[in-house]
Amino acid sequence: MSGPVESTGGKMLELQQVHTYYGSIHALKGISLYIDRGEIVTLIGANGAGKSTTLNTISGVLRPRSGSIAYEGTELTKVPAYHTVKLGLSQSPEGRRIFPRMSVKENLEMGAYSRRGQELKEDFQRVYDLFPVLLERQSQPGGTLSGGEQQMLAMGRALMARPKLLMLDEPSMGLAPMLVEKIFEIIQEINQQGTTILLVEQNAHAALEVSDRGYVLETGSIVLSDTSQALLVSPLVREAYLGGA
Amino acid sequence: MEQLTQQLVNGIMLGCLYALIAVGYTMVYGIIELINFAFGELFMFGAFICIALTSSEISLFGSMVGMPQISFFLAVIVSMLVVGLLGVAMERLAYRPLRNAPRLAALISAIGMSIFLQNLAQSVFGSQQIKFPDIPVFTDSAGMAKAVTVLGAQVTYLQLFVVVVTVVAMILLSLFVNRTRLGRAMRASAQDKRTAALMGVNVNGIIAVTFLIGSAMGALAGGLYGAVYHFARPDMGFVPGLKAFIAAVLGGIGNIPGAFLGGLLLGMVESLGAAYIPGGSQYRDAIAFVILILILSFKPTGLLGSPVSEKA
Ligand SMILES: Nc1ncnc2c1ncn2[C@@H]1O[C@H](COP(=O)(O)OP(=O)(O)OP(=O)(O)O)[C@@H](O)[C@H]1O
Ligand SMILES: [Mg+2]
Repeated sequence: MSGPVESTGGKMLELQQVHTYYGSIHALKGISLYIDRGEIVTLIGANGAGKSTTLNTISGVLRPRSGSIAYEGTELTKVPAYHTVKLGLSQSPEGRRIFPRMSVKENLEMGAYSRRGQELKEDFQRVYDLFPVLLERQSQPGGTLSGGEQQMLAMGRALMARPKLLMLDEPSMGLAPMLVEKIFEIIQEINQQGTTILLVEQNAHAALEVSDRGYVLETGSIVLSDTSQALLVSPLVREAYLGGA
Repeated sequence: MEQLTQQLVNGIMLGCLYALIAVGYTMVYGIIELINFAFGELFMFGAFICIALTSSEISLFGSMVGMPQISFFLAVIVSMLVVGLLGVAMERLAYRPLRNAPRLAALISAIGMSIFLQNLAQSVFGSQQIKFPDIPVFTDSAGMAKAVTVLGAQVTYLQLFVVVVTVVAMILLSLFVNRTRLGRAMRASAQDKRTAALMGVNVNGIIAVTFLIGSAMGALAGGLYGAVYHFARPDMGFVPGLKAFIAAVLGGIGNIPGAFLGGLLLGMVESLGAAYIPGGSQYRDAIAFVILILILSFKPTGLLGSPVSEKA
């Protein structure tokens, strides 16, 4: 589970009754959730449940029609997307969304865009330590990386912002089984280094194994929330998300 | 031989002017996939503002007004600033509200902008052609253009100036786009706006900067063009604007070195064609389109363009 963090406890992020629409499609139907500093929180749910929509609403890419999102004393619903990263939120988006015609190094530099004028050497070092393959691929265009390499790049890029809250949208997507295990180890490592994490995963078992708490999302509503251990043995979760095992 | 070098010199200079306008087309297309047909009119405003500032007086709204008569070089810089801001305002008012509308709506807005700016110039400066004052540095005491002879061709100081300014501008632009933080944000926004925003890029700000630069380059081209051909007229931007668009497509739209290459190629072929094809000077403008059709049939993405499928 998550390790000790200097500023333990206390709500870092809290969503209350968040409703988000795509035109007339009601994608989030009053989501309420919170994340404490230092936690790893998992969001699980079937395809189309609204997991990515939740992350994008927090990031400011999508605007909720109603509800509030409090982050470290700031009401995020009024903050433009490009400013949320300055507040310490960063996201590794669904589908990776690597800049295809920029080199790996430039993609990482874009991750640190909000940290104008700061020294990035240590950050590059940290990312290259976590994902040595990115160092080898440094000057290769992002679009030519393999899917798994792009996934690592997306995660590395999100880390370059030195987030306080890191949101990962399906980080194990498309990775070989061995790498999946590695990715979850890395997620824990990042968390132990002091970063709070909101994790969205199809791989519910692995995600619950590494996280502290979890929320189950069904068609835009939260139907269950508990500690990860409890969710791992909950009949509903076992039935619907852990293959009934 | 002399005629050939002379035509090449003229063609290179003309090509440089096309390239400067083409940069605007290509940068703006690269980031919002809009063909801003009004760049030809911004070019025209560049020429008018240069004339206005370098003259002792000029007719504005039909009445003569005293003018500061500043140096040509200063006038070019001022016109670039003014037209750059005009471009930013244009984006804000005519294109941003249509950002998520169908592509055709923005294109129609661009055509409307182009007509509006021509009419605006007509009411401010009149519809007659006005003369560009001689530039002292480039003119001898007899009022002739100073020139050097290279391989039998007359190369005026002004032509040299155009080429040098264009090359320097292209180098600076490439450095800006490839080596600076803002340039990187511009490329990121061109590739994926939503993700660029997630990284902290104010994409609207970046789009405004793109219009600022593209419009300023158009004004630079306009000021130089006016000085070379000694005139400005409200409809002067139409044909060069169209040719610059062709140059941008030739080079591979969205690609800055491509715009330079496309401009040069177009300028030279047009010059040589007009001189060597029998009756060619009458078909001057058609030549550009013929090249466009030829190149696009063999390499649809333009000379330096990347395959469309690579677009994120
Ligand atoms: N751009 C969009 N326009 C319209 N509807 C959308 C859009 N994006 C998502 N939706 C709808 O919103 C709902 C939630 O989608 P979302 O992407 O948040 O699901 P998800 O839980 O992340 O699913 P997955 O596991 O497949 O990634 C879905 O019904 C989806 O069809
Ligand atoms: Mg999703």
